[in-house]
Amino acid sequence: MSIFINKKTRLIVQGITGRDGSFHAAQMKSYGTKVAGGVTPGKGGSNVAGIPVFNTVADAVEKTKANTSVIYVPPRFAADAIYEAVDAKIELVICITEGIPANDMMKVYAYVKKRGARLIGPNCPGLISPGESKVGIMPGNIVKKGNVGVVSRSGTLTYEAIWALTLAGIGQSTCIGIGGDQIIGTNFIDCLREFQNDRSTKAIVMIGEIGGSDEEEAAAFIKKKLTKPVVGFIAGRTAPADVRMGHAGAIISGSSGTAEDKVIALEKAGVPVAESPTEIPDLVKLLLSGGKPIFKSRLKPKLKKKSSTAAKKIKTKAVKKKSMVAKSFIGKSK
Amino acid sequence: MKIHEYQAKELFKQAGIPVPEGKVATDVAEVVSIAEEYKKPVMVKSQVHVGGRGKAGGIKYAENPESAKILAQQILGMKIKGLTVKKVLVTVAEDILSEAYVGIILDRNTKTPVIMVSSAGGMDIEEVAAKTPHKIFKMSIDPVEGLQPFQAKILAYKLYRDIGQVREASDIITKMYNLFWEYDASLIEINPLITNQSGRVIALDAKFNVDDNGLFRNSEIEKMRDLDAEDPSEIEARDGGLSFVRLDGNIGCIVNGAGLAMATMDLVKRYGGEPANFLDIGGSSNPQKVVTAMKIILEDPKVRAILFNIFGGITRCDDVANGIVAAFEELKPQVPVVVRLTGTNEEKAHKILKKVKLPYGETLDEVVKKAIELAGIAA
Repeated sequence: MSIFINKKTRLIVQGITGRDGSFHAAQMKSYGTKVAGGVTPGKGGSNVAGIPVFNTVADAVEKTKANTSVIYVPPRFAADAIYEAVDAKIELVICITEGIPANDMMKVYAYVKKRGARLIGPNCPGLISPGESKVGIMPGNIVKKGNVGVVSRSGTLTYEAIWALTLAGIGQSTCIGIGGDQIIGTNFIDCLREFQNDRSTKAIVMIGEIGGSDEEEAAAFIKKKLTKPVVGFIAGRTAPADVRMGHAGAIISGSSGTAEDKVIALEKAGVPVAESPTEIPDLVKLLLSGGKPIFKSRLKPKLKKKSSTAAKKIKTKAVKKKSMVAKSFIGKSK
Repeated sequence: MKIHEYQAKELFKQAGIPVPEGKVATDVAEVVSIAEEYKKPVMVKSQVHVGGRGKAGGIKYAENPESAKILAQQILGMKIKGLTVKKVLVTVAEDILSEAYVGIILDRNTKTPVIMVSSAGGMDIEEVAAKTPHKIFKMSIDPVEGLQPFQAKILAYKLYRDIGQVREASDIITKMYNLFWEYDASLIEINPLITNQSGRVIALDAKFNVDDNGLFRNSEIEKMRDLDAEDPSEIEARDGGLSFVRLDGNIGCIVNGAGLAMATMDLVKRYGGEPANFLDIGGSSNPQKVVTAMKIILEDPKVRAILFNIFGGITRCDDVANGIVAAFEELKPQVPVVVRLTGTNEEKAHKILKKVKLPYGETLDEVVKKAIELAGIAA
């Protein structure tokens, strides 16, 4: 078992004749993914690594009965590629492309939602259900089949965490990168819900970063709905405010979206947050064996102030800071 | 990308949003001649990409050209939050009867543009939101249907009672919304939106941030980029296809992937060091990118050690290793360089690196600790 993709996934690759598309189509095929076809306008009738190429997604779906699509087309054509896939009744669209204008994505998101499809990404590494299917650009050799679900906003940082798990002998059910942009199709909560319902997943690793409030909302969801243990990691503790750290979505706006807020929210929801990706496997093992983790953000104020009332004060302050209204402002006005 | 107030007001003017008459100046004589031309009291406003210009003394009122001269001397060249003022906007001073706030942002939660209005204008809006959230009214706009006239009217009625002013304000809001889409903005803000003695609604200030991802279709915005206002290394990095942010520390970091780059910086701090930068060499691993990355980091005299943390996926470790060797030949770095290359073509990379014999870290934690240790020795 796994989430979103499995042995039944029949994939088409949009942008299959491009540099990235052709390389990764071959990689996915050799991993065992059922790559049924590819799409590049004007290249219909040819083939890439033995995969038939079609002119349109509609043609490809008709001929191959594909249910999933992965997109490698350049940013200025990527929004259209998502529309095309959803219009051709593809149920799951994974968009790898980085650099799609956020305003385009607002409209795309509304369309995808209206049509009841699922979009993962954009600006994401895709996902992999070890031993079943791989869609996107994640390296297949770092994963191992098992019971831990991994969900992340990052790419290489996810690989780092997966590799640490694999080295520690901990396998994964599905590893998914949801993307580093501001507007993404699938968020942490969507993935957590799927992992909760997936029988093969016993524990979850959630890797967040600065910017937005997805992690805080995920923390509230975990507290309310999740029975499976979750280990967290948040990147960007040292990031300055109001500067975009690579990912379009990784920006602390004014006082909102800080790593500190996210760590506090997660630990309040009973999610221990690792300080290094290499600590993740030990925390997973600890939680799976029923052990009690140490919540560092809860400790710090007490250690400093040595008085529980002072610690309480600090906590309430931190909660206040996260008021919903303050969060939705980008930048400070003058 | 941010544009200056005077540039944003130019866009406002083209769109038909009323702004005070004004011109930009780069030296004192220009300021004086603009003030003389207007024959009215003027505002001298520093043009730098930071908030809080007013509080920092970067916005001043001048009764006449003589006082404009004195103020221009003070403001031009002053530093606001580390940025030197190189330009000022000189505008006709307006009489202010009321101050409001209007802003459009891309809201990540609702995945729609959200328009916010508040009658508490002229203040830091984050502060208003924190202290008196009831004074802010927000409306999420359907990105497909767009802003409807009745919605603009509802928003305008939150600010004004007079129907003339409501019409002017809803017209301004509609034009702001259109600009938001036309230029791929992520934020457009008027704070304050004022009414003057003759009852007109005017945008006294303008803040306009655009999405970098939309710049390919907004060449007129790209032309507004103020290279003077940017760190030269950051410009060099952007031209070289790198994502780079300068920080205050002394450990240079070269990493692939934004998330991993942030995590690496965090570990530097955790083990007692201070990162000198954020640097993501990106997905493809052209060796030239590595040379550029190293060159940019070495330009910073504070740097005492450089660490490479590469987790090869699409990025091939051998490409990065070739880049490191080339960088050593070309730049001859005088600070220790610590390397960790793992993943795709790792073995090949290690063979290539034998040419330069660098200290190596097996894990992420190890490479960070080693860099901090060597930085200590180098200092």
